[in-house]
Amino acid sequence: MNYLAFSAPLSALVLAPFLQSVINRTKATLAGRQGQPLLQPYHDLWKLLRKGAVYSSVTTVIFRLGPTVSLATGIMALFLLPLGGFPAPLAFAGDFLLLAYLLGLGRFFTVLAALDTGSSFEGMGASREVLFSSLAEPALLLALATLCRLTDASSLSAMLAGVNQDLWLGTLPALLIVICTLGVVLLAENCRIPVDDPTTHLELTMIHEVMVLDHSGPDLAFNNYGATLKLWVFSAILAGLVMPLWQALGLPPWLAFGAGMLTVAIAIGVTESVMARLRMDRVPKLLLSASLLATLALFLQQR
Amino acid sequence: MTSFIASTSNPANGAGILKCGETLAWGDLPLLTCEHFRQAVIDGLDAGMRILALYGANSAELDQLLVIAVLGDGVRGMLRAMAMQIAGSYPAITPVCPAAQRFECEIAEQWGILPEGHPGLRPVRNAPPHVTSSNRSPIAWNDFYRVAGEEVHEVGVGPVHAGVIEPGHFRFQCHGERVLHLEIALGYQHRGIERSLRSAPEKLRIHLIETTAGDSTVAYAIGYSELIESLASIVAPPRSQILRGIASELERLANHAGDLGALAGDVGFLPTAAYCGRIRGEFLNLTAALCGNRFGRNFICPGGVKNDLEQSAIFDFKRRLKLAIQDLRGASELLFANSSVLARFRETGRLSCKTAQELGLVGPASRACGLERDARHDFASGIYRTRTVPVATWHSGDVLARAYVRYLECCKSAEFLAELFDSLDAGPFRCDVKVLRAAALAVAVTEGWRGEICQVARTDQHGQLVSYKIVDPSFHNWPGLAMAMRDQPISDFPLCNKSFNLSYCGHDL
Repeated sequence: MNYLAFSAPLSALVLAPFLQSVINRTKATLAGRQGQPLLQPYHDLWKLLRKGAVYSSVTTVIFRLGPTVSLATGIMALFLLPLGGFPAPLAFAGDFLLLAYLLGLGRFFTVLAALDTGSSFEGMGASREVLFSSLAEPALLLALATLCRLTDASSLSAMLAGVNQDLWLGTLPALLIVICTLGVVLLAENCRIPVDDPTTHLELTMIHEVMVLDHSGPDLAFNNYGATLKLWVFSAILAGLVMPLWQALGLPPWLAFGAGMLTVAIAIGVTESVMARLRMDRVPKLLLSASLLATLALFLQQR
Repeated sequence: MTSFIASTSNPANGAGILKCGETLAWGDLPLLTCEHFRQAVIDGLDAGMRILALYGANSAELDQLLVIAVLGDGVRGMLRAMAMQIAGSYPAITPVCPAAQRFECEIAEQWGILPEGHPGLRPVRNAPPHVTSSNRSPIAWNDFYRVAGEEVHEVGVGPVHAGVIEPGHFRFQCHGERVLHLEIALGYQHRGIERSLRSAPEKLRIHLIETTAGDSTVAYAIGYSELIESLASIVAPPRSQILRGIASELERLANHAGDLGALAGDVGFLPTAAYCGRIRGEFLNLTAALCGNRFGRNFICPGGVKNDLEQSAIFDFKRRLKLAIQDLRGASELLFANSSVLARFRETGRLSCKTAQELGLVGPASRACGLERDARHDFASGIYRTRTVPVATWHSGDVLARAYVRYLECCKSAEFLAELFDSLDAGPFRCDVKVLRAAALAVAVTEGWRGEICQVARTDQHGQLVSYKIVDPSFHNWPGLAMAMRDQPISDFPLCNKSFNLSYCGHDL
């Protein structure tokens, strides 16, 4: 067994909160602020882990299970994810489907935990989350299917390894559409502006955040850490796609991958800084157009 | 400075007319029967007047309960006061005139008088009634209005909120994301300001008034001072009036700048949110440079202002003001030029001009529906008597209109401020307040940043204040927010709420 393969999930486990820091720093810089320290997400996680958890007497074991399952599925997803030059420890034909539904399973339990509280806020958040993610799912799968066809590979590791400068030159339009689609899915799945506002305190406007309002202490830490892992997964796929651009500048693969991750994080930060949130009834339109775009890319490849 | 006295033979016609800054002898207040009173209010409203205040008061002279109405005619700048004697109940005005709705609930709650035929008697503040023995409040704590149906769900928000804001409870009846009905229950901030004002020593009163709504300190203090000045038959020196005008417009600028930033923050548009927070601070600092307090506390007093502005400081003042305004323009242009922000603001929380008129909205919320209502223009007093600020209106009645009207007002206020600084003539800034006129009623209407603030005071035979009524703009406007939320997605509530930005403590008194 190649122990080096585990470097990909391990580095993700360590570096995922840092991605959050880069986004925060980008937003702060663009708003003319200094921003929080780069290690703040780590401190926050550590703080939450040391706290006790408060459980409402009306909740059941499902409520306690939610954060654990969503973190566990996040970690499992990392094992399917290649990083830069390193392939994932697990790779098999169609593993991207497993990845998509692992994240789906985590979400399912988060939603169940939210419903378990019986709070009207959390019920609304759960309903929104389910609606939007069910609309984001076709976009994600169609984009990955297009990537399959582009690279003639069937596992995530092989797909991302197949994205090189030749592919960029050969199938530029399809690749650009895939990147756009995955970008929209990333914003929707990770509750970023324009779909959700991760920093808002207004519970009536929240989608994802409102579902975890009742979690505290280590549970909240699990949830937040799980969220950073999810952000890492989507960013890593996108970074894998834009990597060849950095490699063209002469960077070694691992450095090009790092630059790709930074590019994605900064792009998220810039997006959040230059636009307002969408009205909630417009979000389905955004997600549907992402699905349509992905379908178009798939058709472009069928010629 | 007494108003003319009309004959009492035709009670519904002409009597009780006064202007801002005038007093009405208590004996000249037309005392009507219930039917005449009701008809006079309805006729006044038909003639384009609006209800500035409608409240119950104890009259020691007549040894009975009175309901006093102050109507305002914005076109002629004229106020009209009248009273009715009452015992037990009277036919409600609300069915004909929805603007009276909250006032009549308040009368019922405070004095135990039942407005017969009132369609929705609700607790206003849930405060104990002023009279306990004979009359008890006819308002029972009945539960919230509920919409029945299997798919209808109820969402309760507050009184403890996620942000550092005041307490208030909002009860939504929703079908999916759509709000069918919103009920707003307030009163958590009730602290008995009006009662304290009656009993407080004269020197303490101005400080109480300044805390009615902390963000409108200057507007409240100006209103109170003008009220006392009119009762004392004095006029504040011109220099003090200009200084009051400066403080008042700075307060408007600071709050509007803060609101524009907060609106941007609510839709997640970071640049304007970040800039406006700082720019609001610039205006607050200018207020501090004027009077030593960022919120204008302890500056305005009956008879003038407490301290003068040094002539040498004016140049620096104008420079700082110009920079702050430039920044505010820049930040607002970013906001109103961004298509994603416009898409979010447009058609959100729309209120028609007709609804706004019927509910009797005031301030930027009413001007955003196209109503030209501005107490600085309609019931001009103080500096606004001689200088005019153009009334800024917008027509669409949505969040965009409420934001844009604020921006327009900022621009107008800035021009007005520059004009005021140039016209600061030397002279005294304070004069003494002599004894107050005995047995008189006076009304002050000032335009705070949130809308018109109406204060009505009455003195007894010894010239002592015996009744003091405050009507905060929020008292008129809270129902407007509830109506604006009808058929809107519930996720738009925070944005709508921010676009009105109403006061809880001003309402709860």
